[in-house]
Amino acid sequence: MDVLDIIKPENQVFCKTKLMTDASLSYCPGCGHGTAHNLTMEVLDEMGIVEDVIGVAPVGCSVLAYDFMNIDMTQAAHGRAPALATAISRLWPKKYVFTYQGDGDLAAIGTAETIHACNRGENIVIIFVNNGIYGMTGGQMAPTTLAGMQTSTSPYGREIETMGSPLKITELVANLPGVYYATRHAVHTHKHARKAKKAIRKAFENTRLKKGLSFVEIVSNCNSGWKMNPLESNDWMVENMFPYFPLGDIKVNGKLK
Amino acid sequence: MSELKLMKGNEALAEAAIRAGIDAYFGYPITPQSEVIEYLMTQRPEKRTGMIVLQAESEIAAINMVYGAASTGKRVMTSSSSPGISLKLEGISYLAGAELPAVIVNVVRGGPGLGTIQPSQADYFQSVKGGGHGDYKLYVLAPASVQEMSDFVEDAFNIAFKYRAPVLILSDGLIGQMMEKVYLKDQKERMVDEELIKKYGDWATTGKKDRERNIITSLDLQPEKMEARVHKLQKKYEQMEKEDLRFEKIQCDDAEYLIVAYGSSARIGQKAVELAREKGIKAGLLRPITLFPFPKQQLLELANQVKGVLSVELSAGQMIEDVQLAVQHKVPVKHFGRTGGIIHTPEEILEALEEHFLISANVLQ
Repeated sequence: MDVLDIIKPENQVFCKTKLMTDASLSYCPGCGHGTAHNLTMEVLDEMGIVEDVIGVAPVGCSVLAYDFMNIDMTQAAHGRAPALATAISRLWPKKYVFTYQGDGDLAAIGTAETIHACNRGENIVIIFVNNGIYGMTGGQMAPTTLAGMQTSTSPYGREIETMGSPLKITELVANLPGVYYATRHAVHTHKHARKAKKAIRKAFENTRLKKGLSFVEIVSNCNSGWKMNPLESNDWMVENMFPYFPLGDIKVNGKLK
Repeated sequence: MSELKLMKGNEALAEAAIRAGIDAYFGYPITPQSEVIEYLMTQRPEKRTGMIVLQAESEIAAINMVYGAASTGKRVMTSSSSPGISLKLEGISYLAGAELPAVIVNVVRGGPGLGTIQPSQADYFQSVKGGGHGDYKLYVLAPASVQEMSDFVEDAFNIAFKYRAPVLILSDGLIGQMMEKVYLKDQKERMVDEELIKKYGDWATTGKKDRERNIITSLDLQPEKMEARVHKLQKKYEQMEKEDLRFEKIQCDDAEYLIVAYGSSARIGQKAVELAREKGIKAGLLRPITLFPFPKQQLLELANQVKGVLSVELSAGQMIEDVQLAVQHKVPVKHFGRTGGIIHTPEEILEALEEHFLISANVLQ
């Protein structure tokens, strides 16, 4: 097979995700956001629902998600994405509505909106990327920052006595009757990414079936915020984040695991 | 055809929202405006017209639900009272920045802080000087009767969609709570989704179908782009001043003394004008119906005619700054107003008018 044959569309084994724009990602090299974006867009494309998708972007590193996801999107105020999604979903019940949020946005400033959207069982998907730090503002402590972890606002490490424990918000919302599906994944290896994609697919299928709220957490690295190179940060994530935020399903089809 | 009813201002506003065919209301209880959501819930608007009504977990959530709904081109409203409006201001700033149409109602109570649940007009600055962060203004309508609580709902939506901008109905506890007769308009159909997509498809995020994607955001990281956005907003405000200023003049033709008052104070001020005239004092009333745009030119013209201007509001003196700017020091301008939830009487207004402009003038003579 010569080069011209190889690049023929029928011979391609992989191509750029159709629903990703051509804009270059604003994320740091090695960051999990790009993969999480890709997986979400692949799912929407494979389900053939792009015409009926309305996304809500957060404030944080993924504030510009709408630059990369080639779908209709609204950018929310910090933490308020679930409130926007609530209204959109109520007014457009046949649409697929999702929020894409980070840990500061979802589990700190937006805790009330998160919990109440979950409690009302809004028919939406929440994709929650948890990297244990505020990336965009330069590496401050997040609600999910691990105990002892150094950040610019916990320079001597997070002290549980004064700063509280890292918040397992996915476990917390899983206990609410309105949440139909709560699961935690990672995207740092192909294997993990494939599993995460399955979870995202399941979440949007739940919307199709009007099952209520699906909550997909993706534990990710933040090599810039953690001040490591991407490979080190992935290893650090596996060693430190995964024990506290264990991967796997927390609630499936309305039943706690 | 219209229906005549005896209603509270808050209820008339809620009923008008259903009849105007709006798509959604998101709110949170706070005195003295809780009747709005209570009335809506009692009426089952979802059955009457398909209108969605939801009690949010906070004023912040409610205004962000408004933002979400507005971003899809739906007609959406929220209401609250002063402390609740303070909480909504971030969301209101986002609505203005992202150029979204929505109607916000403030049934004002006394402040600052938790203040009082009694009527007040002390949110003038917050309403017309931006309130939230950034270079934006709200188009502000100030109803002075239960009838206007009803009528202004549709007017507010017309302006909101004309300019793709948030509009504020600035009422107060007096207008919200009092009962008056009101002529209610006939029921209007809600816009169906297909029509909405056709009408607002060039901007609303309704799903990317047969067009490029739509994005709603107030973020521009490039300074030049952000400046262009700010300039675009200012153009809207200039156009509002040219095309949509509203005011009312009562007995101004031969007036020697002018009372400027809006909302409930305008009602009381009108009676004060009557009392003054009975005493042979030629008083008149200029009532701004829109607080932004403000009737600056009309005030300037009257300043050339009258001997004194009394700015009356239920506050320690906020609107007086705009009155002074408009009058340009051509005549003395004084403020009168009770605060703390106390409502001034027509007699008190007349007394203030006499004290400031007539007695002191006599003393000088």
